[in-house]
Amino acid sequence: MSTPLLSIKGLTKTYPGVVANDDVSFDIGTNEVHALLGENGAGKSTLVKMIYGLVKPDSGTMTWNGQHFAPAEPKAARASGVAMVFQHFSLFDALSVAENVALGMENPPAMRDLARRIRRVSETYGLPLDPNRTVGDLSAGERQRVEIIRCLLQDPKLLIMDEPTSVLTPQEVDILFQTLNKLKAEGTSILYISHKLEEIRTLCDHATILRLGKNVGECVPAQTSARDMAEMMVGDTLQTPTRTTEKAGEVVLDVSGLTLEPTNDYGTTLKNIHFTVRAGEILGIGGVAGNGQDELLAALSGESQTWPDSIKVNGQDVANLGPNARREMGILAAPEERLGHAAAPDLSLTENALLTGAIREGLTSNGFVNWSKTTDFADTIIKEFDVRTPGNHVAARALSGGNLQKFVIGREVLQRPEVLVVNQPTWGVDAAAAAAIRQSLIDLAAGGAAIVVISQDLDELMEISDRFGALNEGRMSDIRPAVGLSIDEIGLMMGGAHGMEVAHVGDEEQEGASA
Amino acid sequence: MIALEKRPTPSRALSLATPLIAVAITMIMGGLLFSVLGKNPFEAIRTIFWDPVLGEFAFYYRPQLLVKAAPLVLIAIGLSLGFKAGIWNIGAEGQYIMGAICGAAVGLAVYPTETRLIFPLMIVAGALGGWAWGMIPALLKVRFGTNEILVSLMLVYVADQLLASMSLGLLRNPEGMGFPGSRNFSDYPAANSWINEAAGLHWGMAFAFIAVIFSYFLLNRHILGFNIRLTGEAPRAARFAGVNPTRLVLFCLGTSGALAGLAGLFEVSGPSGQVNIDFASGYGFTAIIVAFLGRLHPVGILLAALLMALTYVGGDLAQGNLGLPSAAIQVFQGMLLFFLLALDLLTNYRVVFKKKGAA
Repeated sequence: MSTPLLSIKGLTKTYPGVVANDDVSFDIGTNEVHALLGENGAGKSTLVKMIYGLVKPDSGTMTWNGQHFAPAEPKAARASGVAMVFQHFSLFDALSVAENVALGMENPPAMRDLARRIRRVSETYGLPLDPNRTVGDLSAGERQRVEIIRCLLQDPKLLIMDEPTSVLTPQEVDILFQTLNKLKAEGTSILYISHKLEEIRTLCDHATILRLGKNVGECVPAQTSARDMAEMMVGDTLQTPTRTTEKAGEVVLDVSGLTLEPTNDYGTTLKNIHFTVRAGEILGIGGVAGNGQDELLAALSGESQTWPDSIKVNGQDVANLGPNARREMGILAAPEERLGHAAAPDLSLTENALLTGAIREGLTSNGFVNWSKTTDFADTIIKEFDVRTPGNHVAARALSGGNLQKFVIGREVLQRPEVLVVNQPTWGVDAAAAAAIRQSLIDLAAGGAAIVVISQDLDELMEISDRFGALNEGRMSDIRPAVGLSIDEIGLMMGGAHGMEVAHVGDEEQEGASA
Repeated sequence: MIALEKRPTPSRALSLATPLIAVAITMIMGGLLFSVLGKNPFEAIRTIFWDPVLGEFAFYYRPQLLVKAAPLVLIAIGLSLGFKAGIWNIGAEGQYIMGAICGAAVGLAVYPTETRLIFPLMIVAGALGGWAWGMIPALLKVRFGTNEILVSLMLVYVADQLLASMSLGLLRNPEGMGFPGSRNFSDYPAANSWINEAAGLHWGMAFAFIAVIFSYFLLNRHILGFNIRLTGEAPRAARFAGVNPTRLVLFCLGTSGALAGLAGLFEVSGPSGQVNIDFASGYGFTAIIVAFLGRLHPVGILLAALLMALTYVGGDLAQGNLGLPSAAIQVFQGMLLFFLLALDLLTNYRVVFKKKGAA
């Protein structure tokens, strides 16, 4: 075997109280798409940050093309040919695409030249993008293109991509994969971070699996089943939620003609949304991030108020009611952003239990808080939903994402909602906790609640929902039964490829290479 | 290399300890300042912190401490509610002046009637005056989204001008031989806030204690207090919890205005005695220091107000006995807030010493 492009030996990094990476070794060859697979918190991000020079390893070495490699800062890593597309974009909404790209360059060329280069790269790799558009107006998929193009302008040898498909429709994923394959054919290696197994099986040549900071195995994804990879990743046999289909009851939640202007400049307008949810039913709402999910949750939770009669529960108009009035009627919600929206970071779990539980759990009388009852409620949530925490006095921000999410979902589920709306219930949550959360939603529906699950995780939606719809630029697609829906149909419901096109320049070469 | 590392949970012990550390550092740095000015630092610190409480003439200074602390407590309690919610009323000084003017005007209007009703009426007028002055930035904020920090601060200077105009015009003592200033309330028993002047007790102290207890229960036991804290910690979560931000702004600015107005009324009808050009003495601004020094906690504010009163009284003493310039005392008070805010960082972060070049 030839010298690998990047060889990692015994990398270790500890943070106070956590070993993020423990003696991790693997090689990335030239012309290889290498997957780094692992659950949230397995140490994938720390590892790539070390490669990108953002974090210094405590011990261990890296070799780049046979040379010692220890980038002190991202600039040094970029100079060697490492580029990275982060999961969370670092773009300025108010600046244009070209300005954003220029900000990331050491010596940006004149704006006009840069715009021309951006156009050329975007055409070559099938990532259409107008350099003069304002980033705030772009969809999530388009923003990702800005990040990718920013990287490609550096002619990288190794492109690191951190969970790139979480913001894309299935069609967009296909096109991204063609772009990546083309890059690979031209000699760029790709380190692809994900926990989505099917993607890795389609795209990657090699996979390294991390669990709790350790390298627990390598495999050739195409020859390994998704289930085997999942079990390596989790280190346990997976419990998939069980769903017993019940006969749906009466219509509980009836949304018709819901239109809502966004509260901030870069929000999405909800346009004439119609759907109904029956008792005992789970409606899954998919869609790429930023297509109106936050606004829909706000309209249903009562944080935003809408035109009369646009939202009815059991026949009663609730469109003008605030969050607490809706809670009284049994309409509960769990927003996507755990810290700062669903929970207050610096307040204790007890206080966070009061945050939404005050009304339905009767935690106040004449406005005075019954703290012992509130503590009991917090303890119940912690116990019933297996929230790992030293106690109810701990600040919400001290909990891991998965544990806090279990707390947030548990807080609403235990209040016996008639209608429950959740946004991204398992985002950034480990597989075991995600399964527990999904199971609790299914159980709640079995008990007769009407549930709306907004999520960008299509596997999740297919697993738990009875019917499925998708948000696309603030519009809702037709609602269809989830059973028997193909991934292509779902993709079209989500708005298809959002104007992406397949990489076309040099198609012949690529075909030649694959033939 | 020294680095700061975020704590998973804010340190409660440090949150309580930082005011004490800040006071200690202020004493050290203040001592240095005084020695640069050519004074004996130990004597200066002793004169400021020891003599007024336990020194030879303490019997004279102790009542003064109460007189200075009462308005500070009243104002700071009101401010702390807003500060906890992230609503920054910087203009308590103006609300204090307006409370004094309105309350005094009621008393002066009926002079020299003697009935028990006058003083309660003055209290109501004082509270209303401060409330109304606080509602101006509140209404502008909720209606037009103006910045309450700027508006409330600017209104201090408007109130200052009004005070001057009142002392020279409408409220001037008709028997005052043309001197500026209103009639003196010390000559008007029915409209006087003193309970026992020799002991330094006036009704402001009673109201200050009530405010402390009220605020304690509000913040710790009542859902409104919880909503105030929640809004300060996480505004979006507060909206999700059903808090109405408009009502909260009106409540916080209104309450702090009313309490500042009360402080002004008790001051004008007691220790100060009359509406005059030099009536405003900076209590409204010092109360901001008191609120933070007291950790925005009612009991903490009570203690912090006594400490600030001590620096006022002790500062006067040091000025008289040691010839320290009055500006030195103000610097001293400023340092206290400065060190406190700087040390605040430690409740959320810990300092770690790292070996440089650890790879």
